[in-house]
Amino acid sequence: MMESTVAVPPFESFYVEHRDVVLGFLRRRLGRQAAEDAFQETFLRALRAYDRLDHGEHLRAWVLTIAARLVIDTGRRSKPESYELPELPVEDGRPAYAQIEHLAGRLPPTERAAVVLRYAYDLAYDDIALALDSTPEAARQAASSGVRRLRAGRIHDRYA
Amino acid sequence: MTVTPDLDRRFREAAAAEGLLDVGFDVVESPIGPLLVAATDRGLARIFFDAEPELHLELLAHTYGPRVLRSAVSVDSAHRQLDEYFAGDRSSFELDVDLRGAAPFAQQVLHQLARVPYGQTTTYGTLAAKVGSPRGARAVGMVMNRNPIPIVLPCHRVVGSNGSLTGYAGGLDVKEKLLRLEGALLP
Repeated sequence: MMESTVAVPPFESFYVEHRDVVLGFLRRRLGRQAAEDAFQETFLRALRAYDRLDHGEHLRAWVLTIAARLVIDTGRRSKPESYELPELPVEDGRPAYAQIEHLAGRLPPTERAAVVLRYAYDLAYDDIALALDSTPEAARQAASSGVRRLRAGRIHDRYA
Repeated sequence: MTVTPDLDRRFREAAAAEGLLDVGFDVVESPIGPLLVAATDRGLARIFFDAEPELHLELLAHTYGPRVLRSAVSVDSAHRQLDEYFAGDRSSFELDVDLRGAAPFAQQVLHQLARVPYGQTTTYGTLAAKVGSPRGARAVGMVMNRNPIPIVLPCHRVVGSNGSLTGYAGGLDVKEKLLRLEGALLP
């Protein structure tokens, strides 16, 4: 069965709808000043990718994923050089979040978003709930059922 | 958590400066009411008399691409020239235009329309003859009615063969006001 798709809205509508949530998230993670720089960069990245979107579903989760990736990048850049980074499990040169995104690619959309935001980007369930427009408890359930599904390898073909 | 006007403005400016927009628009105040002005990288694309952005975002996205954003810098030169026009300090616009949304016949008519001088009027029939379609006055009227860039492409200078103002997408009072501003009608 085909899932009905939502058209990509004009960028102005997308930006106005999600800008406050994105700024709130960035401020919690980075503090006031760094959040402002990251805010602009988040939406510039979204804008660069925007004409390649296939549909307008889960756009809040999408833009928060961009913001979360930026938080990780910002954290890396700001580490003093003498600081030894712990070894992350990396396969064929990709960072951990890329691997999780790849693995989760075949989950149903809500579970995929919850798993990626929780385990790849280390978002709190409050933020994931915001991204999914649901409750923290529902976000926790989506993430854990996504993980169970990944472990069991029970991924239905239609998400492939 | 609310985005401050300053942060908002900086993002919009950066987006336009990086050339990431399919179309940038802003609302420009004028003596005939607020105008929604939209431009692409090819030039000025639209002027709407009804300046509520929500009414036009979908059309703009559909015609030019989804990266539609309000940004004053995108329509800077059009804004400045419109201000000068309404102040009576400008009699012709020096702006590139993007007529992508218009059919070939309409584009032809609009290019002829652009040559009708400030302060003068012409008729639908004359314009039709100029595009090699002497019986096409009615078709020309339709093109005027759907003119994507009124004021700059001066459809207000086109009147009926008996001199009556006929019609105008922005309302006949606006047409009259523009013609008076240009001295084409007695004040």
